[in-house]
Amino acid sequence: MEKLRRFKSPNLRLEHDFSKNAENARVTAVCPACKREMTDSLLEQEHYQCARCGHLFKMSARQRIRFVLDEGSFFELDSLLASTDPLEFPGYKEKLNQARISSSEKEAVITGTGSINGQACAFFASEPGFMMGSMGAAVGEKLSRLFEYAEEKRLSVIGYTVSGGARVQEGILSLMQMAKVSGAVRKHSDAGLLYIAVLCDATTGGVAASFAMQADIILAEPNALIGFAGPRVIEQTTRQKLPEGFQKAEFQMEKGFVNKLCKRQEQKEILSRLLKLHEGDQGERV
Amino acid sequence: MNAYKKVQAARSNQRPDAKKYIEQMIDGFIELHGDRRFGDDPAVMTGLGFFESRPVTVLALEKGDSNEERLRRNFGSANPEGYRKSLWQMRQAEKFNRPILCLVDTAGAACGIGAEERGQGQAIAENLWEMMGLTVPVFSVIIGEGGSGGALALACANEVYMLEGAIYSVLSPEGAASIIYKDAAKVEEASEALKLSAQDMLRFQVIEKILPEGADYELAAPSIKAAFSDALKRFDDLSPGEIRDQRYKRFRRLGGEKE
Repeated sequence: MEKLRRFKSPNLRLEHDFSKNAENARVTAVCPACKREMTDSLLEQEHYQCARCGHLFKMSARQRIRFVLDEGSFFELDSLLASTDPLEFPGYKEKLNQARISSSEKEAVITGTGSINGQACAFFASEPGFMMGSMGAAVGEKLSRLFEYAEEKRLSVIGYTVSGGARVQEGILSLMQMAKVSGAVRKHSDAGLLYIAVLCDATTGGVAASFAMQADIILAEPNALIGFAGPRVIEQTTRQKLPEGFQKAEFQMEKGFVNKLCKRQEQKEILSRLLKLHEGDQGERV
Repeated sequence: MNAYKKVQAARSNQRPDAKKYIEQMIDGFIELHGDRRFGDDPAVMTGLGFFESRPVTVLALEKGDSNEERLRRNFGSANPEGYRKSLWQMRQAEKFNRPILCLVDTAGAACGIGAEERGQGQAIAENLWEMMGLTVPVFSVIIGEGGSGGALALACANEVYMLEGAIYSVLSPEGAASIIYKDAAKVEEASEALKLSAQDMLRFQVIEKILPEGADYELAAPSIKAAFSDALKRFDDLSPGEIRDQRYKRFRRLGGEKE
C-alpha cells in the first residue's frame, strides 16, 4: 500500500479564490427557502447561511475546506483514488460517471492536511454532491490512509461528515469499510491523538454507525439530521409518526450523543480553540 | 439456486438458531444478561462456557425457535442495549484473556424510535471500535442472515466463516430494492445484484471459509465446532499485539488496491 504515491491536488480552484473576482459578481445562488438572490461571494461572507431566513445551504467538500482551513494551506492526499465497480452492480458505472460530472470530484470524500489559525491538522470532508457522500471502498481507503498518515505525522484529525451511509452498489465491500475505518480511527486514538467530528446534514447509516460516532469530540451543525435508520424507513417499519425534531442535532445532544452544537460562523474558532486545548503532550499510551 | 431463493433459505425457520449451536458446542454454558446501562436485550445472547475444555466468551444474535420466542427476541434484530451487552462481555473477555466466539444471525439492527433515542449508531460504532482493538482472538460465524451493521457489530473478527446456506449483505435485499430501484417489489433483482452468498463472500475475501451444513443442517454444528477448534489452535501462539494487528490487517486489505 505504501508504494502508492500521494498526489498533490490537481485542483487549483483552492489556490485561486474566484469569489474575490469582481467580474464574477453575479447572482449565482438563490435561497431555496426564501428565494433571496445572492452572489457566491456574499454567500461565502454569510457563512453559507441565508441572512434573511436562516436557511443553511448545502456545502460542498471544497467549500468546507475553504471555509475552515487557512487560505492556501490545504494539501490534498490520494486525490486520484476512486471506486471501481467490484460487484458489477447494474447501473453503477453510469451512476459513478454522473456523480463525477455533477460534483467535479472523483469520490465522496476529500482528504488532506492543512492548518486552522496556523495549527496543522489532517482534514476530511464528505462531498454531499457525490452519491450523497456514501461510503464505498475508495472512501474507506482514503479515510483509512488519512488516519494512518495522521498517526505517523502525529496530527489531529478534523472531519466533516455528510453521508447516506454505506454505498449499496458496492455491497459487502462497503460494509467492510465500516470495520476498516474504525480500525484506523482506533489506532490513531491509541496513539494518543485527537479526532474531532463535525456532523452535518445528513449523517446516517453506516457512517453514523462508525467513524462519525467514534470521535473524541462530536460537534454538530444545528438542525442536521443524525441517525442510524433514516426517518422514512422508521416510519415505514413502525407505522408510527415521528415526533417533531426527531433525530435532529438538538435531539441528539439532548439524548447524549453530540457534545456541542456549532453554528457555521463559530466553527473555525471552536475548532481552533479545541486544537489549542490539545496541543503538546499527546504522548503515546503505554 | 437463484439469489432470492438463497435469501429465503437463509431466513428459513427450519434453520437452527444460535442457541442450538451453543447447546451442542459449549459445555456448562452460563448465560449472562444485561448491559448495566439500560436493560437486557433478548435479541443478543451472551455468556461463558467451555469450548473443548477451555473457557470462552460466547456472543450470539438469537432469532428464537418458536413464534413466541421470535417475537420476544425481535427476530434477532438487536437494540443498542443488546450491542452494549456484548460490548461489556467483550471487555470482560479481554480482562480475563478468554477467546470470543460469535454466532451471527440477524436481518439487521432494530429499527425504531427507541433504538434511535438510545443511540443505535453509536452502539454499533462502539462495538466496531472495541473489536478492532481487542487483544484476544475473536472468531465469528454467520449461521443464517448477516444483515448490515447489525451483523458486523459481532463480526469484526480475526476470522469469519459462513455456513454454506447463509447470506451476508450490506443491507437487506428489500432495502436495496427500495433504495436502488425505488420499488420494493424488485427484491429478486436486488438479491442478485448484491452478491450475498457464501461463495461470493469467499471470492471477495470477506470470509475465510465456507462451512458445510448438510441437507438437514446435520453437518452444521460439527463443522462450526471444527472451524473454531482449528482457529483457536492457530492463534494460540500469537501475542496479544499480534492478534490485534492480524485483525487490523485483515480488514485493512479489503477494497483498497486501486488508484
